[in-house]
Amino acid sequence: MFPDSKIPEGPLAQKWTNYKTNQKLVNPANKRKLDIIVVGTGLAGASAAASLGALGFHVDIFCLQDSPRRAHSIAAQGGINAAKNYQNDGDSVMRLFRDTIKGGDYRAREANVYRLAEVSGDIIDQCVAQGVPFARDYSGMLDNRSFGGAQVSRTFYARGQTGQQLLLGAYGALSREISRGTVTLHTRSEMLDLVVDNDAQGVARARGIIVRNMVTGDLERYAAHAVVVASGGYGNVYYLSTNAMNSNVSAAWACHRQGALFANPCYVQIHPTCIPVHGDYQSKLTLMSESLRNDGRIWVPKRKEDAEAIRRGEKGPNDIAEEDRDYYLERRYPAFGNLVPRDVASRAAKERCDAGYGVGTGLAVYLDFRDAIQRLGRDVVEQKYGNLFQMYQKIVDTDPYEEPMMIYPAVHYTMGGLWVDYELQTTIPGLFAAGEANFSDHGANRLGASALMQGLADGYFVLPYTLQNYLADQIYVGKVESNTPAFDAAEQRVRERIERLMGIAGKFGLSGDSGISDAPANSQLSTLNSQFHSVDHYHKALGRIMWEYCGMARSKESLATAAQKVAELEADFYQHVCVPGTADSMNPELEKAWHLADYFELARLIVADATQREESCGGHFRVEHQTADGETLRDDDHFMFVGAWEYQGENQAETMHTEPLHYEDIQIVNRNYK
Amino acid sequence: MNFTLHIWRQANAQAQGGFETYSLENISPDCSFLEMLDILNEQIISNQQSDNSTNQQPIAHPVCFDNDCREGICGMCGLYINGRPHGNDDGVTTCQLHMRRFHDGDEIWVEPWRAKAFPVVKDLVVDRSAFDKIIQAGGYISATTGGAPDANSILVPKHKADEAMDAAACIGCGACVAACKNASAMLFVAAKVSHLSLLPQGEPEAADRVRKMVCKMDELGFGSCTNTFACEAECPKQIKRQHIARLNRQWIGHLFKGGKA
Repeated sequence: MFPDSKIPEGPLAQKWTNYKTNQKLVNPANKRKLDIIVVGTGLAGASAAASLGALGFHVDIFCLQDSPRRAHSIAAQGGINAAKNYQNDGDSVMRLFRDTIKGGDYRAREANVYRLAEVSGDIIDQCVAQGVPFARDYSGMLDNRSFGGAQVSRTFYARGQTGQQLLLGAYGALSREISRGTVTLHTRSEMLDLVVDNDAQGVARARGIIVRNMVTGDLERYAAHAVVVASGGYGNVYYLSTNAMNSNVSAAWACHRQGALFANPCYVQIHPTCIPVHGDYQSKLTLMSESLRNDGRIWVPKRKEDAEAIRRGEKGPNDIAEEDRDYYLERRYPAFGNLVPRDVASRAAKERCDAGYGVGTGLAVYLDFRDAIQRLGRDVVEQKYGNLFQMYQKIVDTDPYEEPMMIYPAVHYTMGGLWVDYELQTTIPGLFAAGEANFSDHGANRLGASALMQGLADGYFVLPYTLQNYLADQIYVGKVESNTPAFDAAEQRVRERIERLMGIAGKFGLSGDSGISDAPANSQLSTLNSQFHSVDHYHKALGRIMWEYCGMARSKESLATAAQKVAELEADFYQHVCVPGTADSMNPELEKAWHLADYFELARLIVADATQREESCGGHFRVEHQTADGETLRDDDHFMFVGAWEYQGENQAETMHTEPLHYEDIQIVNRNYK
Repeated sequence: MNFTLHIWRQANAQAQGGFETYSLENISPDCSFLEMLDILNEQIISNQQSDNSTNQQPIAHPVCFDNDCREGICGMCGLYINGRPHGNDDGVTTCQLHMRRFHDGDEIWVEPWRAKAFPVVKDLVVDRSAFDKIIQAGGYISATTGGAPDANSILVPKHKADEAMDAAACIGCGACVAACKNASAMLFVAAKVSHLSLLPQGEPEAADRVRKMVCKMDELGFGSCTNTFACEAECPKQIKRQHIARLNRQWIGHLFKGGKA
């Protein structure tokens, strides 16, 4: 069976215990002889490197920012789930497991999700021990709040900066290992390729990476016994997203190009509460935490005339009387109300706006705190959400205490990613993927406050075990060298690709290091310029195509259009992109061009995956497959599987392998939040 | 809105830098400062001429500046704008500064952080790895993965947890150092010392932590604190000077116990 998920034997609740009981270990004296590469310093990467370093392995960790503390986990706002049941409200490991599977619309692997729920409590213990200043009540005990898709309060939080505090905890642990010498830190260093080499038995294994030093442009080689990719998600393929500017798919994609399967790329999470788009110069979208839906109520005017008057600026939200407001989530989903899962809330907002009830530019709805301020008082609301309100006010220039926020869905998280088995190992032996970079735990839709949980579960409590199981055999290999033909070939691939990207405009003398002497005179440049475009020009165009034709609602026709338009744009990119500067110095334009070249391939794969999945599930909504009242309609008979794609070479269609999903401990039902 | 920009350009750490002047037109007031720089870079690429440039290279290079999350939390961006770190708005980072804070026709001077401990890498990009080194010297609680007690077994009074959170909100951007006439890192170090020593978990290592972090700060070339509190005024996360007082108390306690200065 390929790919093999390697789920351990035994009843669900015993699988992880059984695994740990029977796994192989490495003795303490041997650990320091084993080298591990970790790519990425977010929650998953930093926690993995810190834990592996503490065990005694030698770790090299890489990030593309100037400090490991900048990784985009830092921007997570709302919280982290854990089945602690501190609130005595009926929570348990089993319930967190069930909520996560259901939230993912029955498209996640049972055993992985159960393990995630099982270790969730340990994460909170670990973080508190590190000094993460979680919110507390007056007794000094930890406080919780609710998130979408759950009827219990299991979310731990540190104001609206939970991701920041968890990441700083992991960063502290990582810093400690750096000072102890077990971890070596490489900043402003980007992994551009994976090195795969045959061992003595002829098994192809991950043996290292090629890194570009982003200050000097030098290509560097790093060899190791295992490689962990924790490089985050690929939401920036849509250009506008809540991701950081430097978040990209290239490290994961390099692994995919070298043979690692890429699973469920079409599962993209559109977050319902983001600040709406306001101009074409816009570089990113800002999230307003899901936690706001604890107290904020979402509405649009009941009457179209009111919506139109608001759009014309003749009326404001406070002019609309209570009985003329349509709290559409509370109306459609009385049981969960404003706390339905993200995919459901996003589609409902789109439905209202498409029907003509949108406010602002027409692509926005209100998130209103009037009732919460009346009920709790302004002080309490300020204490809970102050920093989010401030952030909103700075961007939009209106006061959310006085006027409701305007929000609209935006690309936020990608459930798809590198295919991994139960050990978080990809289809390349020795290559592991953790955090958002893998596909494993969220199915077709991730619940709020579960990304932080998964990243830290992978890094603190899964990889230290499963990597050791793999490395136990690698002690016989000895030091892995980087002066091998496999490294030569990988470096050559990188060099050629950089030359190709720099050379497109370079052959006309428009790029700094073309080295071609017959470049046109300056007077001729302006005529050539009109044919050439910046990387951002192409990235924005790609984003518009993906959002329009492969976004919140997809159809066979829209996907065919997307496929064609992406291919045309990609062809134009390779003829007319202008990458200025030189490859041997700091050059953000070159970095962006490299990322975009990968996004084109990924975009084609997302479209192919969305096309083959003839059903609606979670974040993947095919308009052909919906119920009479517009809800997702799954096809469990034909699509209860993971689609794992295999790279076939540049400009070749990829082939799909399937991993069937079996649910033994869970009853499969229609996802109903009414 | 129209602007005249004077931007610090420097090819690399060794090169001589200088200001270059650019003009930008039709900028939306809703545009963020970094989006305005995106537009400038787009213009530089499409013009491919180094207009007004003092260096006569035929190929103009876009302006390098650090940025990432663009929502004020990663701490990656940081520009010295018209003589103020993160510009003329309070409680924001450069990425959260909007052009509506300027007037049409303004001249805007844009510089990198200026501090000995933060050398320029290129243009507006500086090397802040000194901050990482201070944290590595002891800015953490030593809690090896696994074996932590149940989270609610450690009770933290709410006001202490809140105060620790106030200090922990530091994003490590370096504005405090850039604002300080002595380029002191005191507020950055104090915020971490305060965050960890306010919590019972951080108590066992508190004395050692303050010693190691302060010594490392001195070693890396940051200046001394002379209590002008420019750092507090310019901190985008509005971290308070009280944390410096707490650090000083702990530092003096360390000296009284016979520790080395």
